[in-house]
Amino acid sequence: MSNEIPLLEIRGVKKDFFGNRVLNDINFTLKKGGILGLVGENGAGKSTLMKILFGMNVIRETGGYEGDILINGEEVNFLTPFDALEAGIGMVHQEFSLIPGFTATENILLNREPLKKNVLSEIFGDRLDKLDTSEMNRQSERAIGKMSVHIDAKMVISSMPVGHKQFTEIARELSKEQLKLLILDEPTAVLTEKEAAALLDSIRSMAAQGIAVIFITHRLHEILGVCDRVVVMRDGAVVRDALAKDADVQKITRWMVGRSVQSSREDVKIGPNKKTIMSIRKLWVDMPGEAVRNVDIDVVEGEILGIGGLAGQGKLGIPNGVMGLYHAGGTVEFDRQPIPLDSPRKCLDCSLAFVSEDRRGVGLLLDETLEWNIAFPAMQIQNKFLKKYFGGLISWRDEKAIREITKRYINELQIKCTSTKQKAKELSGGNQQKVCLAKAFALQPKFLFVSEPTRGIDVGAKSLVLSALRKFNRENGVTIMMISSELEELRMICDRIAIVSGGKIAGILPATESSESFGLLMVSQVI
Amino acid sequence: MDKTGNEATIGINTKFLEFIRGFGLPRFIIAGFLLILFIMAPFVGADFATQITNTINRFSWNAVMVLAMVPMVHSGCGLNFGLPLGIISGLLGATLSIEFGFTGATSFVMAAAIATPFALLLGGGYGWLLNKIKGGEMMIATYVGFSSVSLMCMMWLLLPYRSPTMVWGMAGKGLRTTISLEGFYDKVLANFLRINIGNLSIPVGSLLFFATLAFLMWSFLHTKTGTAMTAVGSNPVFARASGINVDKMRALSVLMSTWLSAIGILVYEQGFGFIQLYMGPFFMALPAVSAILIGGASVNKASIANVVIGTFLFQGLVTMTPTVMNSMIHMDMSEVIRVVVSNGMILYALTRKTEAKT
Repeated sequence: MSNEIPLLEIRGVKKDFFGNRVLNDINFTLKKGGILGLVGENGAGKSTLMKILFGMNVIRETGGYEGDILINGEEVNFLTPFDALEAGIGMVHQEFSLIPGFTATENILLNREPLKKNVLSEIFGDRLDKLDTSEMNRQSERAIGKMSVHIDAKMVISSMPVGHKQFTEIARELSKEQLKLLILDEPTAVLTEKEAAALLDSIRSMAAQGIAVIFITHRLHEILGVCDRVVVMRDGAVVRDALAKDADVQKITRWMVGRSVQSSREDVKIGPNKKTIMSIRKLWVDMPGEAVRNVDIDVVEGEILGIGGLAGQGKLGIPNGVMGLYHAGGTVEFDRQPIPLDSPRKCLDCSLAFVSEDRRGVGLLLDETLEWNIAFPAMQIQNKFLKKYFGGLISWRDEKAIREITKRYINELQIKCTSTKQKAKELSGGNQQKVCLAKAFALQPKFLFVSEPTRGIDVGAKSLVLSALRKFNRENGVTIMMISSELEELRMICDRIAIVSGGKIAGILPATESSESFGLLMVSQVI
Repeated sequence: MDKTGNEATIGINTKFLEFIRGFGLPRFIIAGFLLILFIMAPFVGADFATQITNTINRFSWNAVMVLAMVPMVHSGCGLNFGLPLGIISGLLGATLSIEFGFTGATSFVMAAAIATPFALLLGGGYGWLLNKIKGGEMMIATYVGFSSVSLMCMMWLLLPYRSPTMVWGMAGKGLRTTISLEGFYDKVLANFLRINIGNLSIPVGSLLFFATLAFLMWSFLHTKTGTAMTAVGSNPVFARASGINVDKMRALSVLMSTWLSAIGILVYEQGFGFIQLYMGPFFMALPAVSAILIGGASVNKASIANVVIGTFLFQGLVTMTPTVMNSMIHMDMSEVIRVVVSNGMILYALTRKTEAKT
């Protein structure tokens, strides 16, 4: 078999975004009818690799990639997703791209409908051809038949359960006669257990018909159940390419997170007699994509508590729920005082502060100056930077005090800008993040939530942000809850790390524990 | 040498383009057009001083209504196409003040006083409505304005006004379409401290009144509440995360805008000398909207300077075109140009809105 030309060969693929290397020398092959499981932490480079394979525009706009992709032994370079479709690659994305008011059949064959000639089209051209409905039904039935589940081809998408929408997407790819390789990006994330099992069955039957499948998921047992091979990626490189029968959940986890285990840090401090400053009980948060189901956690005064976990498991929901940005329920006590949920103002009044993961959407006034961005919450919540006239009847903005505080934080956090009056949208991502921190610091909170503080910023800014947080914690005694997808980052600066899985706390470990034990917690209750 | 010459031209070209971009192309064209009109005026036999007087006069009539655009732009509710709603409050104040028998300057003060509760009431309801339909404010505002005008068309006939200066002569009931303000508050502001030099006449009182309101607005935008309002317009999610009650700020801005337009129509009437009822308010919103846009405001940013510059440019255009163009081509072009400019400006601003967002 070794002399058979593989269907897909990826050879030495490299990619960087603005000097930031995200893929480093990726090599693997996939033969006809093979099922390959692709796993890795968030940010390991899986989606970038798939984007390259599918010819997404973003790759070309950022300078293309290095290395070769071969299909049936021939080198290809897709300029658009249409080229990739032409070459027989199909992709099912995590988000549905279906028209809600159309039936499954119409969606499956959209823009590829079989046509019938009629009188008008003979005169006015092909655009007036009639749809051949009976042929359409036959084709969609055949595509659905390739899967081992049955969905109603005549049902409109909007009235389908979410699992059937997913199957419709897959059927659309299967209906393309030239399909050779199907990429499934976390297809089971939205499915119930039964539906997921059915999907795995259909993957097997597709493979039996000679279609190769790349299956991306966080549910490792599914990989083990259906794939022939597992490719594990970490930090933009393939760290392991193993046969599925040689792997188990623990091994894969270790490959995913296991870096060179760092020597135990000495500065981790969890005093046994420290008091609990915040206790969260039975918290649920209705945050789309990051739902929190039932979280109980106690935060010790003066610590940095890390919250880790895979994307979509609910770690982001915790700070957003407590701070009242998404609808939430349960009880939160801070300093023995109950904190009302669903009210950002009350939280801020209790000296809590929040640096949101959505910098541009929630964190910044993009069209305003740095001065406004940094001083605004402190001005509104604590009446700082205001001059009072007429016995407090009029509170006037104190431009001078605002400039002073902005200058101070620009120096302290090394924010690169032309002046304090520069617009926030003109800064780079890393500097914007520093502005978000400055905004929170200016509130002088007792407790700070920091959500994904290093997402999408370069290495230099990253270490500066982390050390600023650490300094803020150690010198001012501010308790920090830091949420991050990057486990290593949490292990670098936190005292304890809680792992969220399936909307619940899967466990809390000291930061000095091995990566492996965190990895196991991450996948323990994935839903 | 040729090369350096080329480079110099390129340098000047880019500088010129940058200047235009900063100043705004439409504003540049309109300012240039107005300048040409001013230069041509003496040649076609129009008296320069009279032209200036007319322009300043029209500025003083309209400026307050343009100022009424500012709060809603700041809070992110967009341009107040619902201006007629505030104007109706002003008209109710004006007619009731006359009905109750006030005359002279007192009638102006009473008109403003009576208009205020109406403006607060209507503005409150309008603000509540706009909070229900975030994202579609400007479209809804347009229809609120239009439908309120139509409703009032019936009300002006039905309301039991009795004052003989206002009702139809034959029937003795129902208000007339145009009511003269002679003996009431005709030119009360304009004649206060009026300066007359030859043909030049400056309505200092009206300008001072506008300046006072503009100063109050400028001050408000520098207070804590004003800052919060601007932040709500800039990024409502940021404002909410900073503990601001977004709906309250928006409602406040609508109230302010409605009240200012009520006062604005009273200032307009005292300068014009007549109250125009029925379809009168219908055509008030577009000139005010386009004036502030010509002044350089966008759908979510506006300053007092935008109000002053925009009102001057727009009203200057409206005043100058009839005299200059008509004597040149013997045809009434002014209305055509006014309509083209005002609607074109709004169209331009709305296309720019999406551009600013990305």
